[in-house]
Amino acid sequence: MDGSRNGIGSSADTPLPSCSGSAGPLNRLPRWFVAAVAVPPLVFLAVFYVWPFGTLVWRGVSVGAITDTISRAGTWRVLWFTTWQAAASTALTLILGLAPTWATSRFSFPGRRAFLSVLTAAFVLPTVVVGAAIVAVLPNSLDRSVWAILGAHVVFNLAVVVRTVGTVWEQLPPDLERAAATLGAGPWRTFRQITLPLLRPPLAAAGAIVFMFTFTSFGVIRVLGTTNRSTIEVEVWRRATQLGDIGGAAVLTVLQLVVLAALVTWSARAQRRHARTINLEGPITRRRPVGRQRWWVAISVGAALAVVTLPLLALVERSLRADGSYSLAAWRSLGNDEIRPGLRLGIDPLGALRNSATTALWATTLAVVIGGLAVVAITALGRSGKLLDTGLMLPLGTSAVTIGFGMLITFDVDPVDWRASWWLVPVGHALVAVPFVVRSALGVSRSIDPDLRAAAATLGAPPIRAWASTTLPFLRQPLATGAGLAAAISLGEFGATSFLSRSGSDTLPIAIERLLGRTGRLFQAQAFALSAILAAATMLIVMLVDTGAATERSNDRARHS
Amino acid sequence: MKRGPVCLLAVLGLVLVACSAGDATSSADEPDTITLVAYDSFPAPDPENPIHIALAEFTAQTGISVEILIAGDTGTMLSKATLTAGNPEGDVMWGIDNTFLSRGIAAQIFEPYQAAGAADLPAEFTQLVPNGEATPVDFGDVCVNYDIAALEAAGIDPPASLADLALPQYDGQLVVQNPATSSPGLAFLLATIAEFGNDGWEAYWQSLRDNDVEIVDSWTQAYYESFSWAGGSRPLVVSYGSSPPFEVLFAAEPLDAAPTGVVESTCFRQIEFAGVLRGTPAPSAARQLVDFLITERFQREVPLNLFVFPVNQAVVLADEFVRHATIPDSPLSLDPAAIETNRSDWIDRWTAVATG
Repeated sequence: MDGSRNGIGSSADTPLPSCSGSAGPLNRLPRWFVAAVAVPPLVFLAVFYVWPFGTLVWRGVSVGAITDTISRAGTWRVLWFTTWQAAASTALTLILGLAPTWATSRFSFPGRRAFLSVLTAAFVLPTVVVGAAIVAVLPNSLDRSVWAILGAHVVFNLAVVVRTVGTVWEQLPPDLERAAATLGAGPWRTFRQITLPLLRPPLAAAGAIVFMFTFTSFGVIRVLGTTNRSTIEVEVWRRATQLGDIGGAAVLTVLQLVVLAALVTWSARAQRRHARTINLEGPITRRRPVGRQRWWVAISVGAALAVVTLPLLALVERSLRADGSYSLAAWRSLGNDEIRPGLRLGIDPLGALRNSATTALWATTLAVVIGGLAVVAITALGRSGKLLDTGLMLPLGTSAVTIGFGMLITFDVDPVDWRASWWLVPVGHALVAVPFVVRSALGVSRSIDPDLRAAAATLGAPPIRAWASTTLPFLRQPLATGAGLAAAISLGEFGATSFLSRSGSDTLPIAIERLLGRTGRLFQAQAFALSAILAAATMLIVMLVDTGAATERSNDRARHS
Repeated sequence: MKRGPVCLLAVLGLVLVACSAGDATSSADEPDTITLVAYDSFPAPDPENPIHIALAEFTAQTGISVEILIAGDTGTMLSKATLTAGNPEGDVMWGIDNTFLSRGIAAQIFEPYQAAGAADLPAEFTQLVPNGEATPVDFGDVCVNYDIAALEAAGIDPPASLADLALPQYDGQLVVQNPATSSPGLAFLLATIAEFGNDGWEAYWQSLRDNDVEIVDSWTQAYYESFSWAGGSRPLVVSYGSSPPFEVLFAAEPLDAAPTGVVESTCFRQIEFAGVLRGTPAPSAARQLVDFLITERFQREVPLNLFVFPVNQAVVLADEFVRHATIPDSPLSLDPAAIETNRSDWIDRWTAVATG
């Protein structure tokens, strides 16, 4: 298990034949085990996505709806804008994300974990809040320009790049780079010829996720878009809810899915083509930056921090703003629904906080269990695993309105009369979160050296045990990362939740949206106070998950040595 | 770890089954709990909220409990009701307004019902539903609001009409919402159609564009980002006739006078309706609730908690509304059927003018 057997330098572009666990008959996992692992994610996907979405499309799509949509000039204008802004946002996010990823995965420095948590918190901030902050930060001339949209997309998605790529980057054996340096390659050349090719799979993964997110952008566009800057997702919402044109909405959703399915297929292929079995170092070694490195690390982290914290600071500032001066009135009145005697708010911010926390707990549990099983199944199933992989990504690319409305007309008769069930909300969140758990862990799972397992099998371990002892330890950290993302997604999720009917408390993003929809300064300040709480809660959760994973890892190391 | 949630789910399942069994033991033919489906600005369940106190009194009188189901904004709520017509999510729906009314009636989401007390409501409201297609429950107006202090500082008089907004002194001063995505935005477009007619409104919008009108996607953006009173730079905004009293009521620090004013002749009237949802398993309980919704007891809680005005004329408005609200005598309006027929076309034509 030394680094030299990887053959990375010599055959950098030769695809390796085995990347999905078919490492020979010696240690193949038993069929019943793979099936048992694959069934829960399949059932989950079929019941809560395929069925409701299929029902809606079946009900909505007709020849008339298709010809109407195709012949409408607006359709193509929207498709064009959707595509190019998504491509631009993705490129910008990937480029801006590389430096902070390098800094956090290669170096240890004070505040590293806090920095990652801040990035992730930005990822789940309510779009209303980021939109407002971007408008506040940008000069007036850029307020309604496409730069505002691209900027907001970068703020949201920086964490996707840093975390997805970082998970692999930090496990790349540094001796490769050191070897290149010994052979006289400069840092830039080492990066281009050694590191970058190895990072292609996670970069493709992150790029695919960011593209999907920005292609289906809803909140940002609603806040910062103008009349002719609309995405397909916004157009679907408008047709379905404002014009009552379910047919047109269903056709557009299918169109969006077709574009994204093509992208996912391409991305999955790219990831596999570039996937190499390399020796992922168990213990991650991050060095303290020395000499000039210190400057580069500081600049990389500082720039990313500035991009992301500006909105965070802006919302804290706005929660304190009251009639030209500053006050804590909004914070003090959060727990008190009664504004003055006889005058009540009708929104329960603390109830929303509790409700959001409970929902996030269920959604995360569900997403990690389903996503974890899916990762194992996808890796073990090989070719058919790809299908499951793509299938689990589909909800991300499907308009939340159509899923919500689909559930409404599917789960409406006994024994599946679930329309108003509380758990439909966490299920909706998990649908969106599972792909993140899968993306976080699949790269690592694919990179695990099959020879490791072969070795374990040679030493007499039965297949499942060989698999468990070689694969599981590597999956723990990426699954924890996935859990953090899932919790964050659930806390910030607005789309699906707002289209499921609900009784009882709102979730936080919905409470914030409602507060911002009212006349009265107090509401506005309260909404920003709630946003600050949401951001802080997210940071806390992500930090706890990260710390937990790090502790486990060091315990592991202690046990093994 | 993996077994935990499954067990919990199973336990919860049992609890749910037990609960529904409990419901079924009631002696009446109909369920004694009914669901009121409402839009998302309806107050969240809270035993101390005046709306819910009123509903609790209804329960005490009739033995019928009322649960609230929030279905989204008005358009979303109507689309859901249309999709589930005949097998509804609840028993009574609150809040379909006159811009959506025709679509709801055409999709037969409601069971026609002449509510007790409906005959006493002003004809202005009931004439839209002569056969009890639905029951009017509240109204409000979408009007141009202005920032009193900002206009004074600039030495400009507030505009007096829609036509004034195209005058040079209001160049770059007005922010409106996209009618394709915003309910007040649509109401304001309808106001201009009502005022300038089918042949004149596009030319009017062209003149607004020449006057550098700002168009944003939602009320929140217009009011909180662009309107000068809330931190933006434009002193004229499309909002509600009831916005000024709410600026007073919900000010961070107590205010004596409203900081914003309303241009009365720009107001477009929105009337909201409730109705018994077709297919409800509890039609008689649902009808009793609709009756209750237009009683003085319930209607008097409407202004402060739903931000609209009561249709029941017996309600005495609170002082803040009398002093600061604008309720025009002859607001602009359009026939709901004409709105439904032309909505999509009007929005497309508006988009062409606004972005062309």
